[in-house]
Amino acid sequence: MRAGNAGDADSYRRLLLHLTPVLRAGARRGLAGAGMADTDAEDVVQETLLAIHLKRQSWDEDAPIGPWLRAIARHKMIDTLRRRGRRIDLPLDDFSEVVAGGESEPSMLVADVDRHLECLPGGQRNVVRAIAVDGASIDETAARLSMTNGAVRVALHRGLRALASKFNGEGT
Amino acid sequence: MNTGDLIRALAADSEVHPMPPGRALALALIPGVAIALGLHFALLGLRPHLLTLLGEPRLLFKLCLTVLLVALSGQLVLRLVKPGAGVHGAALMLAIVPALLAAANLAELSAVPAGLWGQRLIGSNAKFCLESIPFLAAAPLVAALLALRQGAPEHPALAGAAAGLFAGAIGAACYATHCPDDSPLFVAAWYSLAIGFVAAIGAVAGRRLLRW
Repeated sequence: MRAGNAGDADSYRRLLLHLTPVLRAGARRGLAGAGMADTDAEDVVQETLLAIHLKRQSWDEDAPIGPWLRAIARHKMIDTLRRRGRRIDLPLDDFSEVVAGGESEPSMLVADVDRHLECLPGGQRNVVRAIAVDGASIDETAARLSMTNGAVRVALHRGLRALASKFNGEGT
Repeated sequence: MNTGDLIRALAADSEVHPMPPGRALALALIPGVAIALGLHFALLGLRPHLLTLLGEPRLLFKLCLTVLLVALSGQLVLRLVKPGAGVHGAALMLAIVPALLAAANLAELSAVPAGLWGQRLIGSNAKFCLESIPFLAAAPLVAALLALRQGAPEHPALAGAAAGLFAGAIGAACYATHCPDDSPLFVAAWYSLAIGFVAAIGAVAGRRLLRW
């Protein structure tokens, strides 16, 4: 995470990939504990990853990262349950267990993130899609969409923030 | 877009460096406090002979207490916007302020004859105090709430209330250099009420503004 905050995109990506199965297990457990189907788990995971990314400055580099991650995951889990019309107090240790692999990503028909992506303004949507789905780099995206690098970066960042707020605003 | 795709987009966005809440708050307070001070000097002004009166223990206590409240509530608010950061220590530290105020009130009650208690409590400026502190706190409150959007409070309303307490304390520290009522009785009644009002506004605004 420190490397990620220092702008090392590669180690940052590896960190997020490494966190995902843990988050997924936590999300499934949280949903199951609330007596809900775990089909929503992937939405929770994605929303949590977005929050981790957009709020990474709220982690003190001197502080242990575990409590910070747990607090974010827990907050997003509670958010989801509340939006789905349930109020449940999660035990704190719901996310504390590290599960090593074995939690594969389910295939989904239409995930929340795709619906939200459709609602973004065109420019942001194209940039996010090019980078996320097509795997293009910032430079390639800039060339493909005839934009400057800076404009691509700005559109990407705004697009991600808009995605997060769409997750957040849903149903409220 | 699957989760791996999303992560690719997040990693591509990692070159943007968002500002940590502490620095964002410090930067936002520059204009926020400048506006408060500008309004203070333009509309209220320092009380006459402030510097020569500084030896007066009641005035000194009032000034120190408001500044202490600014410092301690600032610590608390920064912890409240960092997920997983323990807040108990900062909250306990903050309790020093009402404890000191209570002690000062006891001292005041024993030093002043009972016949004067009412006069000290009501003072000469209660209504003006109630208006001025929130007025001076407005700009710092807006600045603090906007800056704290960089953070991620687990309880947005609580973080907003703490930001209101912090801004109210800044307003009170400014106003304390104008207000001629120095008795701890007055401070306990009216300053608390005014700062509490700002904290309530902060809580309502925080609920909306600090959600994430």
